[in-house]
Amino acid sequence: MTASLMLFSRNRLALAGGVVLAFVLLLALAVPLMPLADPDVTNTANRFRPPLSEGALLGTDHLGRDLLSRLLWGTRLSLAVGFAAAAIAATIGAAIGVIAGFYGGRLDNVIMRGVDMLMAFPYILLALAIVAALGPGLLNALIAVAAVNVPFFARNIRGITVGLAHKEFVDAARLSGLSRPQIILTEILPNVLPVIVIAMSTTIGWMILETAGLSFLGLGSQPPQADLGSMLGEARAALISHPHTSVVPGVMILIIVMSINLLGDGIRDALDPRLKSGALSRPMAATRVRRRTHAPEPGLEGILALEGLETEFHVGPRKLRAVGGVSLAVRPGECLGIIGESGSGKSVTALSVTGLVASPPGVITGGAVRYRGDDLIGAPYERLRAVRGREIAYIFQDPLSTLHPLYRVGDQLVEAIRAHQKIGADAARGKAVELLRDVRIPNPERRISDYPHEMSGGMRQRVGIAMALANDPEVIIADEPTTALDVTVQAQILSLLDDLRRSRDLAIIFITHDFGVVAQLCDRVAVMYAGKVVEEGPTKAVLAAPRHPYTARLIACVPELGGGRRRLEAIPGLPPAVDRLPEGCAFAERCNKARGVCREGHIPLAQEGDRAVRCLFPEESPAREAAE
Amino acid sequence: MGGYILRRLLSAVPVLLGITVIVFLIMALIPGDPATAILGSYATPENVARINRELGLDAPLWRQYLIWLGNMLQGDFGQSFALNRPVLDEVLERFGATLILAGTAFVLCVVLGVVAGTISAANQYGWADKTITFAVLLGISIPSFFLGMMMILLFAVRLRWFPVSGMWPIYGTRDAAALLSHLAMPALALAVVATGVIARLSRSALLEVLRQDFIRTARAKGVHERSVIWRHALRAAMVSILPVLGIQAGFVLSGAVYIEIVFQWPGIGRMLVDAILRRDILLVQGGVIVVAACYVFFNIVVDVAQSLLDPRIRT
Repeated sequence: MTASLMLFSRNRLALAGGVVLAFVLLLALAVPLMPLADPDVTNTANRFRPPLSEGALLGTDHLGRDLLSRLLWGTRLSLAVGFAAAAIAATIGAAIGVIAGFYGGRLDNVIMRGVDMLMAFPYILLALAIVAALGPGLLNALIAVAAVNVPFFARNIRGITVGLAHKEFVDAARLSGLSRPQIILTEILPNVLPVIVIAMSTTIGWMILETAGLSFLGLGSQPPQADLGSMLGEARAALISHPHTSVVPGVMILIIVMSINLLGDGIRDALDPRLKSGALSRPMAATRVRRRTHAPEPGLEGILALEGLETEFHVGPRKLRAVGGVSLAVRPGECLGIIGESGSGKSVTALSVTGLVASPPGVITGGAVRYRGDDLIGAPYERLRAVRGREIAYIFQDPLSTLHPLYRVGDQLVEAIRAHQKIGADAARGKAVELLRDVRIPNPERRISDYPHEMSGGMRQRVGIAMALANDPEVIIADEPTTALDVTVQAQILSLLDDLRRSRDLAIIFITHDFGVVAQLCDRVAVMYAGKVVEEGPTKAVLAAPRHPYTARLIACVPELGGGRRRLEAIPGLPPAVDRLPEGCAFAERCNKARGVCREGHIPLAQEGDRAVRCLFPEESPAREAAE
Repeated sequence: MGGYILRRLLSAVPVLLGITVIVFLIMALIPGDPATAILGSYATPENVARINRELGLDAPLWRQYLIWLGNMLQGDFGQSFALNRPVLDEVLERFGATLILAGTAFVLCVVLGVVAGTISAANQYGWADKTITFAVLLGISIPSFFLGMMMILLFAVRLRWFPVSGMWPIYGTRDAAALLSHLAMPALALAVVATGVIARLSRSALLEVLRQDFIRTARAKGVHERSVIWRHALRAAMVSILPVLGIQAGFVLSGAVYIEIVFQWPGIGRMLVDAILRRDILLVQGGVIVVAACYVFFNIVVDVAQSLLDPRIRT
């Protein structure tokens, strides 16, 4: 919501810029038709009249010339020169860029080297050198400003053209016998034109500033003709005694350039799809909480208990219910598996525990997360921070992207330790070495100064685990920690986690989409589908005799070594979109046992001894037979 | 590391040569010939030819270039006819003053820009972000010379906080305090545009980084949000901010020309403009080459800093 509001307000600013610019342009076009005094007629008896004096709305300058008239004529000239410079620079630059990018090879090399050379100058030096050679004058200033900006366009357009030159439609044109210039005109040019326009809209403000600057230095327009820059330059001598002669042209430049910049930003933003999707909004320190109802009464036992947890993503007007009322608990020394397809809400459930769901767009809208009886949902930031890593630690999926690429792993470990423990840097370093040894990294004293990119995937994940163990947490939430690793490394990591859990009495929540992993490690398992738990129970019992049809189908999907010639059954269809969840059972569409009642109203999770299932017609017999 | 710096320095040699070629070619474009300028318009063709031979102007262009380049490598940039002193002496003296101004402005714009951009990103869509975003827009739209003039009116004429212009007091001691009071306004006016550009860039670089997985990891460790932003996110964002600082240094150096005129700072920008208006071509040539070479060197420093920041580049 806020994102679209912000986009709207930005566009309103862009609109304002466009309106102002259009007004100035119209004014500049209409100047010859207006009843203005001659801008160049001097009248020294009338020098430095203040603004709002009779016959001179903005006053007069040091030669008694009417400032309003000079301002409007100067604006006209400045705009004309700025736009002309932009057009020239864009045309020549684009031509060079297209040719270099399309022909490639040695030609490209030579041209781009030259462009790089030109870009090695601070722009004004080049402009000054050109004006020095050609002599002062507005036309020469225009040439200088255009020349200075050619490399910018050449570079941008070449980049785009190189990308286009190998596209299929260009190959097709080549095969159909078109000559190269023909291809450039009919295929390449129409595609780079929008880029040229955008590049122009973002640089034209600069060009107006640059030409005004050269004129200000006395190198551009020569008296008596004046653009805004030279008006300012001439007024400088009387700055202190008669500031209005400086303020008038200066403010005009500011208005023009600012309106162009606003409009340019608006154009660029409108063309950037990332802004609309909210991909550029910053996730806050903790997930936003908007509980619709009070937290439910405590009911589940365990060191960590999720009760009726609901998390949504608010993207524009859409509300995606990623987690729709999940209740789970884990006891010390126990490993709870959460299994489900991607998009089933298992990771979001895990991240909601300590408010790590990216927000915006994430919002926790209901339920409770009780750690030792205390509700963490809606807890103040400092409380969450004290829990994160100290009481509840995470291990994430891909340690190459989850470790900071620019810090040594040792420093990242030390930071984790010192975030919660008041110990010196050296002591923390010693502890970091110990941690690396605990996760069986050979040579920990040396590996501690490695950067993440210098380690193998398995080693990196060990570092991730060491980091989770840094403060002896009570609960570890492992979010697909072995998915990115190959099978042998995966087995090592799993046995490491299993040892740690037994030796430290850790409670582990293990998220995966792999039943094999669940069978190796987890005491109990919860199966998630479309944001809800559909079945829960002891791992062995669930695997041997799944009750929910979805679980049964999921298990039937897993190939088994030595399982003989069994047909692998894929589940037809796709999970429902979580912003349009059906009434009743979310799996009904894909279930061959579904009847009318399955699609009518809420289906509760029915508890039966140590197992629970959310189905009106649970499977009766062991899954293997049902699947065959 | 040492090898990387050496390679980077060597790669600058062709760029520097390219710069001398461009400057030489631009200067060769200048209409009119020195012989006529020396002898007057009634000179006989024989005398013109003699002068041209004496000045080496009858040689082909490439030879003229090599001779010119050879002289420059020996520190001979020629004589400024308007000032009647060696070009190199004048250029180095003026360049020192520019470095003080531009260097201060550069430090200001980097610090202010990165801090403003970070605050802006950390409070995205909040009032601090909106204020900074608007200030940035204003900053990149205002001509620095106009801003400088308005600052003189307000801070020097009205409030009398700072001297109106110059680098040193006309009477009195030339100490650090005197320099600072003269430096404050021009450095600030010069820094404004680049501050805006760097703030914008820092904001978007930081927003990009803040969505990365390793930021979530830092939060999951219980690292304080302050540290998440200013250590984890900013360090990673610097990787994309740093290369642009090299370009911005060029803009600061360019802007210095205007600011030196407005504040009558005795720097190389003012020298160049005066030299162009007096058509003191050798002085222009020398000034452009020295400043451009310095800029190339600065960009090498930026590259080296980049490789220090990002261990993935070094290997």
